[in-house]
Amino acid sequence: MILGLSIGPEYYLALSALLFTIGAGGLLVRRNPLVMFMCIELMLNAANLAFISFGKEMGDLGGQLSVLFVLVVAAAEVVIGLAIVVAVMRRRPKASVDEVSVLRG
Amino acid sequence: MEAVTFFLAAIISLAGACGVVFLRNPVHAALSLVATLFGVAIHFINLEAYFVAAVQVIVYAGAIVILFLFVIMLLGVDRAESIKTDPIIGQRQIAILAVGGILALGALIGVAFSGDVTGVPPENAQKSTYEGGTAINSDHVHAGDDVRPDQNIKDIGRALFSTRYVFALEITALLLTIGVVGAVVLTRRPKGELDPLPDDDPPSIYRDNENSSDLESTLSEETDPSDETAADESGKDTSEETGVSGE
Repeated sequence: MILGLSIGPEYYLALSALLFTIGAGGLLVRRNPLVMFMCIELMLNAANLAFISFGKEMGDLGGQLSVLFVLVVAAAEVVIGLAIVVAVMRRRPKASVDEVSVLRG
Repeated sequence: MEAVTFFLAAIISLAGACGVVFLRNPVHAALSLVATLFGVAIHFINLEAYFVAAVQVIVYAGAIVILFLFVIMLLGVDRAESIKTDPIIGQRQIAILAVGGILALGALIGVAFSGDVTGVPPENAQKSTYEGGTAINSDHVHAGDDVRPDQNIKDIGRALFSTRYVFALEITALLLTIGVVGAVVLTRRPKGELDPLPDDDPPSIYRDNENSSDLESTLSEETDPSDETAADESGKDTSEETGVSGE
């Protein structure tokens, strides 16, 4: 029964929405900055999945190209974010974002 | 067959995503993130985006997660974070309510527009998508019905260096350069002594340090004087549920 099921774009979009929601919920719940970054990666991946499934549905290569650009932006964002985390954690070695309430060091 | 692949990969990616959110140890969360990324890569292959799937595995699982693990090991924060402690009062409940509301809204929209999720039918889109594109050979831009992997890579290369996308590609190179320079500048150790941290740090709306000592670092000898009360406290697991302080 499941073998004959044809997987349309709505399946991928539903999965993408679920992944995005899990990522957003984790971003709201977790207090560890590293895990919060991982949740942001989850949300970006959900967006990538939606891009690719829409691109396939439309017969357009632009979806895959957008995913490549999103990947580059995500890599740059992670590099800068982790650098900030390292700089902050060196000053105050606590793994919670709630302790960091001032902008400087 | 596509359905079986889809559901297997969906289970892998959803389980990995739940692991990222619910596992207490950051190292375990990073490894769960690898599972999710692999699941999404399987979806990409299922959707005939072969090159993006390869890039997903190489860049995300091979580079970004390794970077996460490096930072986790470097900072020594690979200890468990308590899921149960509520840093801001009521925050968890509000988060759960917000997520549930978003899901319910999405389900409502999905029911309201069910059967026509993507709007434009693909036959019309095939004609209209790239009519405005000037320099792209239209035979190579459409992702066809039965794309071979090598053809997919060729198409992506041609499209990336066409006049439509080449400016974005160059801006991407600039962005990566800024990222490298920014990372070097940000992680440089500052010269001389830093100013002491302000007194209202953490601010008083958060719970007291004594009640959240499970978040306390093992590197407590480097903390400020204001943190020593929490660092002295023994019994790291017992004070988890002691509730709001008298503040």
